[in-house]
Amino acid sequence: MDFGFKLNPSSAVNLDTVDRARYDRLVQLEPDALTCIGCGSCSATCTAAPWSGMSVRKVILGLQRGQDDEVDSMLSRCMLCGKCTMVCPRGINTRHLILTLCRLNRKGEIVR
Amino acid sequence: MLGRDIYESEHHTTCAGIAYHCDTLPQETAMTVVARQFALMTEAGYDNLVTSCITSFGNYTEILETWRLFPELEAKIRENLWKACRREFEKPKYVAHASDLMYKLRGEIAEHAQYQLVSRSTGEPLRVVEHIGCHYSKMFPHKGVGGAEYPCVLSGMAETWGGRVIDYPERRHCCGFGFRQYFVKANRGYSLSNTHKKFESMEPYHPDMIITNCPGCPYFLDRWQYVISEMNGKTYGQNGYGIPVLTYEELAGLVLGVDPWDLGLQVHQVAVEPLLDKIGIPYDPARKYLGLDEKKIMTPGLPTSLKCC
Ligand code: SF4
Ligand code: SF4
Repeated sequence: MDFGFKLNPSSAVNLDTVDRARYDRLVQLEPDALTCIGCGSCSATCTAAPWSGMSVRKVILGLQRGQDDEVDSMLSRCMLCGKCTMVCPRGINTRHLILTLCRLNRKGEIVR
Repeated sequence: MLGRDIYESEHHTTCAGIAYHCDTLPQETAMTVVARQFALMTEAGYDNLVTSCITSFGNYTEILETWRLFPELEAKIRENLWKACRREFEKPKYVAHASDLMYKLRGEIAEHAQYQLVSRSTGEPLRVVEHIGCHYSKMFPHKGVGGAEYPCVLSGMAETWGGRVIDYPERRHCCGFGFRQYFVKANRGYSLSNTHKKFESMEPYHPDMIITNCPGCPYFLDRWQYVISEMNGKTYGQNGYGIPVLTYEELAGLVLGVDPWDLGLQVHQVAVEPLLDKIGIPYDPARKYLGLDEKKIMTPGLPTSLKCC
């Protein structure tokens, strides 16, 4: 029956069932990732963000939530310009973090 | 039945809370409408006010608190009311929600009770989901029994009358009404999804019933079960039924032995018969759709998936 409105899919994330292998491996290789405070300065300064949705902040959050599709889609749009690295108040080398992430598959194995 | 002096005026109107929360009228207008209710109370010779709607309770409380902080606004509203309908008022000494009263009288109701919230076949307490309307104590926590975090007004009643309250993850989540989300059709999916989230969260605990202390919440918790069943075929009760949703007044009536059809339980979407059977409350199926003077009121059509009796 069409009521003219629909049930929206839930955006709830069950952290007990999320596979965080890639995040855990990233933290081993780039311990700086643990110091991210989610301030969003990287996203605000990213040239690619307005038209591609790239955001280092969201990438880190997405990894913690097991949202691999969203993470991969964002990573594919990074131009590696390094502007985000210049503004990160925690001094995270976000450009290097992105490069490291691109070398990992979803299971956290180094494939490149 | 319990011998309390309660006066209900036929001149009482909306508290204008719905329009206020939908941003369709300014708060000053809502205040003037509420001032008129206070005038009705004063004219009838009463000092205390009791409301049955959670939003009214929140609205009255918010208005009295605003007047305490801004007395010049109260003076302006007094003037508005005088200009509009030549009425004057005293502020109520105490504003209570009707569920507060019922909570206070829960022991007395239990003494007069004809039925307990216990399964007749197993002797186990019935599993009760209690839903507190958001405006009861989320805005002014000290006004509600138990505050915003542990409101015990409904759980106190359910447990005194023999039930066992379920603590489930989305227990304090909104019922899905949220005025603006519901009234604008484009936003209605948001309202539905909200309620759906609650059902999914309570489902593993197999509740026998849901009780609420707001007249708005049962509409959403009751009607959305039908809409969800039509959309994706899912039902949340046993054997294809829904979970019966009652207000605390209806529950108190049942416990005290009032006939379910006299309470108006036939106008619920989710069939209440499985619950009545569990408790052992007798009812006459032939009288379900008989109204005043035994005249037939209309019989509703049956849903596709949700089982109704
Ligand atoms: S390196 Fe990538 S994420 Fe950082 S600012 Fe440049 S395009 Fe954006
Ligand atoms: S700028 Fe640095 S600290 Fe802020 S969200 Fe980006 S990576 Fe995290």
